[in-house]
Amino acid sequence: MRPSAVRLLNILVPVKRTVDYAVKIRVNPDQKGIDLNVKHSMNPFDEIAVEEAVRLRERLKDEVKSIKVVTIGPPKSAETLRTALAMGADAGIHVEVPESAPAPEPLGVAKALRAIIEREKEKGGIDLVIMGKQAIDDDAGQTGQILAGLMDWAQATFASKIVVDVAKKEANVTREVDGGLEEVRCRLPLVVTTDLRLNEPRYASLPNIMKAKKKPIEKLTPSDLNVDLTPRLETLKVTEPPKRVGGGKVESVDELIAKLKEAGITPVKA
Amino acid sequence: MFLVRSVSRTPVLRAPRRWAHSFPQLNSVTEHDLDYFRKILPPSAIITTLPPNPSPESELEPFNNDWMNKYHGKSTTVLKPRTTKEVSDIVKWCNDRHIGIVPQGGNTGLVGGSVPVKDELIISLANMSKVRSFDDVSGILVADAGCILQSLSDYLAPHNYVFPLDLGAKGSCQIGGNVSTNAGGLRLLRYGSLHGTVLGLEVVLPDGTVLDQLTSLRKDNTGYDLKQLFIGSEGTLGIVTGVSILTAPAPQATNNVMLALPKFENVLPLFKEVKRQLSEILSAFEFIDRRVYDLAIKHGQGRALDAEETEGAECFVLVETSGGNREHDEQKLNSLLESLMEADEPLINTGVLATSPAQFASLWAIREGLTEAVSKEGKPYKYDISVPLQKFQEVVDITREHLRSEGLMREGAVRHVVGYGHVGDGNLHLNVVADAYTPEVEAALEPFVYELVAKYNGSISAEHGIGVMKTHALHYSKNAVSIDWMKKIKQLFDPNGIINPGKVLP
Ligand SMILES: Cc1cc2nc3c(=O)[nH]c(=O)nc-3n(C[C@H](O)[C@H](O)[C@H](O)COP(=O)(O)OP(=O)(O)OC[C@H]3O[C@@H](n4cnc5c(N)ncnc54)[C@H](O)[C@@H]3O)c2cc1C
Repeated sequence: MRPSAVRLLNILVPVKRTVDYAVKIRVNPDQKGIDLNVKHSMNPFDEIAVEEAVRLRERLKDEVKSIKVVTIGPPKSAETLRTALAMGADAGIHVEVPESAPAPEPLGVAKALRAIIEREKEKGGIDLVIMGKQAIDDDAGQTGQILAGLMDWAQATFASKIVVDVAKKEANVTREVDGGLEEVRCRLPLVVTTDLRLNEPRYASLPNIMKAKKKPIEKLTPSDLNVDLTPRLETLKVTEPPKRVGGGKVESVDELIAKLKEAGITPVKA
Repeated sequence: MFLVRSVSRTPVLRAPRRWAHSFPQLNSVTEHDLDYFRKILPPSAIITTLPPNPSPESELEPFNNDWMNKYHGKSTTVLKPRTTKEVSDIVKWCNDRHIGIVPQGGNTGLVGGSVPVKDELIISLANMSKVRSFDDVSGILVADAGCILQSLSDYLAPHNYVFPLDLGAKGSCQIGGNVSTNAGGLRLLRYGSLHGTVLGLEVVLPDGTVLDQLTSLRKDNTGYDLKQLFIGSEGTLGIVTGVSILTAPAPQATNNVMLALPKFENVLPLFKEVKRQLSEILSAFEFIDRRVYDLAIKHGQGRALDAEETEGAECFVLVETSGGNREHDEQKLNSLLESLMEADEPLINTGVLATSPAQFASLWAIREGLTEAVSKEGKPYKYDISVPLQKFQEVVDITREHLRSEGLMREGAVRHVVGYGHVGDGNLHLNVVADAYTPEVEAALEPFVYELVAKYNGSISAEHGIGVMKTHALHYSKNAVSIDWMKKIKQLFDPNGIINPGKVLP
């Protein structure tokens, strides 16, 4: 029997525009949210996901047919798509929600992604979804897993290394687990979520930024996809972590011991 | 009888004029002096290797040796006063007793100015580290001299202000040290020099008197502006204990790009074009030659550009913008980049744009890490010079060729001759990386480099100062009349020559 013709790999990378990790978060006075009028950038784990997709193409050359990036978010999320395109993705999809709309939750996002994947079927389908293990704004860390469940696909979470064998339609993924590393073999189609050590994302080069301006971005609304992004949770209260109390300097060992006693720290009896 | 006139007739054609090095007659710190210091300072503010309770030598090492580990003092005692009054009491005592003093900040100076020449007493300002006041309407900050630059930056951030000075040593250097060296750094292009931003100083003079000029006035034309004398005098006229400085509103948006250039000749046309298009939002324009870029990457300073981007690049330029409106700035920057990339005869090969604050920091880390990378590579001879912009590369190349002709460009002698610097300010950092500091290499470099600079009417020290390293070379940038008046001023403030002896003046 002749082996079936090699299917080429189509990769989808969901990306999210989040408050940049370097920004000092300020809680709004009403304690329902945070000040969003600050610098945003691509969720760092998503940046790693885009980088990994581009590196897969660099390794597998023509075996990677397409890298699509998708974002579900307000108009400004288009910037995030452009960044991903400048890093080397081919095309973007923007599921636009109004600026004032509440942030969608993992289930809603995963359903939107499922709808996107269904739409892509006629264009060759999606074989591999690479996405961040969590977004640094809500820290939910669920979207990848929910998506794999909804699709009934394999999943490999917290990846620190990905090796894809396109001909065999499988991937070997090294996962960061508590005790060390775990290597798993998965059948495609597959959802992989990225961990920090997977790679270090590149800078966007000027020629690629120029090229990215000409790459297509398809605009959709949640209703185009037949999904409802209304949150199911209500945020009751957002508070800042307790302020760290600064240390103090002591002049002598005696003073140190006195201070420790004051603080209720007593020596362990031998 | 001795004929005076016959003496004066001997020819005086000793050119170039060399100034005999005059180190004043000074006393060492004794146990008797320590008795006095113990009366005014707590035990934790005194580190000494003198009896009766000597600390180990190792505790004095960080104070006796400079950042490059090139200059080594033999001080027995470090004092860390906490108040201006304590500084004043110590200085008065030393003046009466003719004990030499070295004022020390973060000890990051690069010309050996912050460590003793012999066994002078070290006064460290490290314990004077409080912000005295900040006015968030005017942006005027008044702080103790020992405040670390980074901590002042952090202090200002929540008020939406930035310090008008930034440099690679910010985690250790102190504002008093910055003022005393008139540090230039990475923001000079935007905010000007400390001669403009420092509004007032509090200084303990060599006789212990406190000169209080800690005003917070932007305009004050009432006679001689004495504080200017202390800015850049490297601790030779007094000890700065407090600084009043005008800080700037924090830019609401910053961006940076690293551009790769095929040849050095393109740097100046590029600078002109960048200035023209970015105008008020341009905040830095830094030149990095290929060799030193490679050293930075080798020693892990910042994330490297990809091979595609560095191929065929002879040098790099880091451009930063800071402005009030992100969209406006990005639009300006984008149209600049577009015009650069699409020009018929492009000035740049390519470049990268930071797309996140992490990448922004990473690109700066390459530039700020150059000093450190060079030190990790070997023993650096650092010449921080001002020369006309178009001569930057020439100076580096001529120096390398000179060393080659002396047979010193080889293993065991000089490994690299590299250049980088603040193009915007006409300031080149010429660095010669050797395997060891040797008289042979030094003799090949000096006065060669100084003469080269003098030929271009440049300055032998654009930023780092004179310290001990360049006293003998001062005359290449200052004429005899100037040096004479500098000496008179020193004599006036410090007749006993106790404050930072052996520094600056030949
Ligand atoms: C990695 C690195 C990067 C650097 N980058 C730059 C740069 O971009 N631009 C630039 O201009 N310089 C640069 N420098 C050198 C610069 O001179 C110092 O970093 C800084 O300004 C010195 O501050 P400091 O507190 O460490 O002073 P020190 O090194 O402790 O002292 C420097 C001089 O000032 C005197 N002094 C210190 N404190 C006082 C005081 N309170 N009163 C009176 N005198 C005092 C000392 O006696 C000495 O002569 C760099 C140095 C390093 C190590």
